[in-house]
Amino acid sequence: MSEVAPNMYRYDEFDARFVAERTAQFRVQVERRLKGELTEDQFKPLRLMNGLYLQLHAYMLRVAVPYGTISSRQIRMLAYIARKYDKGYGHFTTRQNIQYNWPKLVDVPDILSDLASVEMHAIQTSGNCIRNVTADHFAGASADEIEDPRPLAEIIRQWSSLHPEFVFLPRKFKIAVSGAPQDRAALKYHDMAVEIVRNAQGRTGYKVLVGGGMGRTPYIGQVLGEFVEKQDILAFLEAAMRVYNEQGRRDNIYKARIKILTHALGIEEMRRQVLREFAEIKQGGNLQLPQAELDRITAYFAPPAFDTGLPDTIADAGKDFVNWVKTNVHPHRAPGYTIATITLKTPGQVPGDATSEQMEAIADLMDTYSVGEVRVTHEQNLVLPHVRKKDLPAIYAKLKELDFACANAGLITDIIACPGLDYCDLANARSIPIAQSIALKFADLDRQHEIGELKIKISGCINACGHHHAGHIGILGVDKKGVEFYQLQLGGSGAEDASIGEIMGPGFTEHEIAGAVERVVNAYIKTRKPGERFLDTYRRLGMAPFKDAAYEKEAA
Amino acid sequence: MVFPASMAQQNHGPQMLTANRLRDGDVLYRKSDGWVLVLADGDVFADQAGADAALAEAQAEMARNEFVAPYLFEVRVVNGVTQPVKEREIIRAAGPTVRADLGKQSGMVNV
Repeated sequence: MSEVAPNMYRYDEFDARFVAERTAQFRVQVERRLKGELTEDQFKPLRLMNGLYLQLHAYMLRVAVPYGTISSRQIRMLAYIARKYDKGYGHFTTRQNIQYNWPKLVDVPDILSDLASVEMHAIQTSGNCIRNVTADHFAGASADEIEDPRPLAEIIRQWSSLHPEFVFLPRKFKIAVSGAPQDRAALKYHDMAVEIVRNAQGRTGYKVLVGGGMGRTPYIGQVLGEFVEKQDILAFLEAAMRVYNEQGRRDNIYKARIKILTHALGIEEMRRQVLREFAEIKQGGNLQLPQAELDRITAYFAPPAFDTGLPDTIADAGKDFVNWVKTNVHPHRAPGYTIATITLKTPGQVPGDATSEQMEAIADLMDTYSVGEVRVTHEQNLVLPHVRKKDLPAIYAKLKELDFACANAGLITDIIACPGLDYCDLANARSIPIAQSIALKFADLDRQHEIGELKIKISGCINACGHHHAGHIGILGVDKKGVEFYQLQLGGSGAEDASIGEIMGPGFTEHEIAGAVERVVNAYIKTRKPGERFLDTYRRLGMAPFKDAAYEKEAA
Repeated sequence: MVFPASMAQQNHGPQMLTANRLRDGDVLYRKSDGWVLVLADGDVFADQAGADAALAEAQAEMARNEFVAPYLFEVRVVNGVTQPVKEREIIRAAGPTVRADLGKQSGMVNV
């Protein structure tokens, strides 16, 4: 299979040298730790700066996938690493990254070296820094996009990497970017987010949001800057970071995120302070984004040379295929092309897991049908961004062989689940088996399609890596005297109509929770009006009828 | 290093001592003055004094750089079989509940 090089950012000399030097440095740090020259207290911050955690069963390495874009060469390397150093699989996360659950400390320097050979690393995937920047997974492809957000994401990545002011923030800091009115990047749940918008004069610029977040204190982000001129974006972001760095709390880890500061100050005061900093930075004139630099970075992400004259219709290749097209295929900007979502969620599967063999087969699909490129989504799926409509039947047939052809994108079995207590040292309860039991209960495809769009998101602790606050149905695992219980939340959304789910009441046991979800869904089916999604019906009726249904059997 | 000392303070039943092996992160259980990889082979401390002494001994040995993060956890012994009280330690001793082929439950214990 000949490898196709997609249009994406390529390391320049500085990037390559920096990653190589950092990898070599960590090799020495690991050697010193193993020899006893560094204690665990001394070594722990160093390993975390390189994405290496210690979890329940073993170390865990989190590899950055900047704005979710991977080339076929890179995913083949990810597959190779899984096979050579791990247990033959990787886990795609809600931060568009990939995690390995079983690496040995002694192997990690070699893993980082292999990653560096394909321009990847694990820097900024942990610690109180600006983390890996995430983006709309349809970037550069979707029909509704104003502009590709990845050039800005890359500029933010370069600006924030090892920025001397931001290497010791009060807490971790997550930035997302999108260039489309439909929010597929959960912008309003990020510390800061940038949305590309067009003003009344038809000029594009940036709307900046601040103070969103999940965790134990969820907040929806608020507008900090309604329209920031392109050349000013880094100055504006830097001004916000300065206010946070100066005033963000450092006395309490749970109060240290920018969402807490934004809430404490109020958005008006936050904006006033940021604008004051912004004016000072602008006066200095050092942080204007030169158009030439923006153009240089943008050129890396130039659209591929799309074929012209392609048929703009999709063949009927059977009922299963038609269902898959209905849910997993999305409008593309180029005639004859489309975007295909590969859900890693066939009922029974571990959400987000892919084996080395599956990754390699997807790499072949990328090279054959999607200009050598795939995207990781925050919903733990993969996306082929540039696919000819005429190739869809062949792609679908290959995905069926991989058991990744379920027609469930955005449906009730397309569940986000964090690793939970099966892997995670912080978790209070398991998430994956709950996702599996719900998915198997609703495995019937006709039923899933009848239910329509319904997003279930499951977290195994209050840190909310499974985005439960943003689930139409959210599930939070808790520990009650050593026993796992699961709280239901309804009405959350991570999209442009973002909202925080409302807690229903007492939790359900591991064995009860899937049944409770089913009763909630049945209540929706009974009461929905034509065209209403679950979320719409919930917003119209409120919690009461769903709560009655959920506890019906438990009370009997 | 933050040890979950509160865990020990809350425990009153029999306990075991665990840690992770430095070089690969594998889960370890204390046995006499060393470590084993299988929970069933580890020592059970019937009283708090014995458990605290074992933990103190392990902490003193950390300079050897063979293991990290030692802590005590509660177990119950039923019909001679030792089982952790909390789900977390049950999973840690076996492996992910969703992948029987992984972790110690797979029978492929690394030594």
